Amino acid sequence: MAEGIKTLFSPGHTACAGCGQAIAARLVVDTAGPNTIIANNTGCLEVFSTKYPETAWGVPWIHSLFENAAAVASGIESALKYLGIKEKVNVIAQAGDGGTADIGLQALSGMWERGHDILYVCYDNEAYMNTGVQRSGLTPFEANTSTSPAGKQSLGNLRPKKPMPEIAVAHGIPYVATASVGYPQDVQRKVKKALSIKGPKYIQIHVPCPLGWRHLPGLTFDIAKLAVETGLYPLIEYEDGKLTQVRELLRVKPVEEYLNPQGRFKHILNSPEAVKLIQQIADRNIEKYGLVETKA
Amino acid sequence: MKKFIEGSRAVAEAVKLARPGVISAYPITPQTHIVEELAQLVADGDLKAEFVNVESEHSAASLVLGSTATGVRSFTATSSQGFLLMLEVLFNIAGMRLPLVMTCANRSVSAPLNIWNDQQDSMTARDSGWIQLFAENNQEVVDLHIQAYKIAEDKDVLLPVMVCMDGFILTHGAEVVDIPEQTLVDKFLPPFNLVDKLDVNNPKTLGAFADPDYYMEARYAMQVANDNALKVIPRVAGEFSKAFGRDSGGLFEGYRIEDAEQVIVSLGSVVGTIKEAVDELRKEGKKAGVLKLITYRPFPASAIYQALKNFPEIAVVEKAVSLGYAGPLYADLKSSFAAGGKCASKISGFVIGLGGRDITKDSIKEVFDLLSKEEKALRFIGLKQG
Repeated sequence: MAEGIKTLFSPGHTACAGCGQAIAARLVVDTAGPNTIIANNTGCLEVFSTKYPETAWGVPWIHSLFENAAAVASGIESALKYLGIKEKVNVIAQAGDGGTADIGLQALSGMWERGHDILYVCYDNEAYMNTGVQRSGLTPFEANTSTSPAGKQSLGNLRPKKPMPEIAVAHGIPYVATASVGYPQDVQRKVKKALSIKGPKYIQIHVPCPLGWRHLPGLTFDIAKLAVETGLYPLIEYEDGKLTQVRELLRVKPVEEYLNPQGRFKHILNSPEAVKLIQQIADRNIEKYGLVETKA
Repeated sequence: MKKFIEGSRAVAEAVKLARPGVISAYPITPQTHIVEELAQLVADGDLKAEFVNVESEHSAASLVLGSTATGVRSFTATSSQGFLLMLEVLFNIAGMRLPLVMTCANRSVSAPLNIWNDQQDSMTARDSGWIQLFAENNQEVVDLHIQAYKIAEDKDVLLPVMVCMDGFILTHGAEVVDIPEQTLVDKFLPPFNLVDKLDVNNPKTLGAFADPDYYMEARYAMQVANDNALKVIPRVAGEFSKAFGRDSGGLFEGYRIEDAEQVIVSLGSVVGTIKEAVDELRKEGKKAGVLKLITYRPFPASAIYQALKNFPEIAVVEKAVSLGYAGPLYADLKSSFAAGGKCASKISGFVIGLGGRDITKDSIKEVFDLLSKEEKALRFIGLKQG
């Protein structure tokens, strides 16, 4: 660890330059503090932070498989309960979007339904980046990925993002939030808040991936912010099933500003109709979550 | 204390004596009675443990992986399709060197769907690194579960152990079983103390990924641990016998083989039927015997070769088949003879009782008859003709 830097997620790991997930993961663990045990699904984060014999983690950390971090964390939480020390230790399960919304959804649903006192964090970089940018259930509409390629007959990914926050809310869990690495203090606040609540919690953090989204590594924060400012990634909080907080937009930016710097949307930039469909998603979010204050 | 109880209840009582802190399982026939009994023991306050109902066997195995890694003794059980769904996690548990104990209530695998007994399910895990012990009767079921934790947690082993018991035949069969006293079990089985565990006071990374520079050494270490288990398993059986006053466990056990000319090698409850057939054949003057293999993995190749090498005719009788070749135990035994250097014995393989097809003393006598005929890797016994 470099002198003067106090973190539970040490530098020296092998993440790509500009990796949003690495920044978010550090924010999460440093906010949670040393009395934390983490179960991590297979994915970029696991691979770039724990190449044997090195590790970036300053807290107890376990990786088992791609789809089972929620179940492994349930076992850790049950063991801590048995030992009578659950109150003193945070348990966090974390995964990428594929490990959460696709292959890991069953285990996650079980963890929520059983009411375990666990914070589940999904680092949403919107595709299977570790295996080479394949489409996941959280890949956005019209994104060009290696398994949803744009071509003469296709505009890229055919479906909108799976509504994971709403699926989480439907489980009746006490806390659900979305966050963005573009707003680090908001991430910290939400992690802190989640850990103050007993029961299952879900936070989904939007984390740009320069390699997969094909943007310059220096633009990670800007692009993360643009997703929020266009209404494409609303920052919302649900407590006990009720929408309690949204990050309001002072000035709504057109979706082109978010799409333009990213190679994954390059194929639609000359197609106003295709862009319009994405604008409609942003408009619906703005209306649904009341992202723009409307004065009566 | 001697009790007349169902096999599943006997497992629950044995597991309770091992004082697990976390139990997780998903219902599947014929395993379900085991965890139902454990759930009741927890509900009644007779067992202080977290009993967690999960949404699949994959999560059941993952959950006890997590609890074991936190340093708490844990337990799960399954059968058949549940076993296959768990399989990914089972490989992972062994690779992570977590000394978990589970029960496999042996059942056939689909398709066709069939809920009855054979041993094709647990055979799919023979390459996983798990230690596999097979029980003949419910007394052995009890004793093997208690020994299993001690074997798994031995510092020279640190591998998970599965106790395989024939579905329905043992799980649903009631017989008189001696359930040991808690004080004796506590003396035999010290509290679980995992060195590499998830502990906020001593943070460690478990399950790191290994590139080609390290992976092979990790797998080699598992092979060494399996070799160590071949010494630890008989030692634990010896300690058990001293503590509880009865012989149980170990690598294998012979029955009337001293002067035998024909020997059957087999696994699990069918050995009981074979013993009865042997007794009857002995009365007719035929020199028959049976060798019951208790420890299937690690395979005690050298010891079993030494025990069997002088018998002229050997039959392997098993409730599993490696489709496209022969029975898995047959292949293992045959290769142990090749490795032993002397192969004057005639060794034939017999697959029997798949999907709960009844195995009678007559089916066993048929095996002994066929043994004198042509040496063959695979014969199906009890197939319908036409």
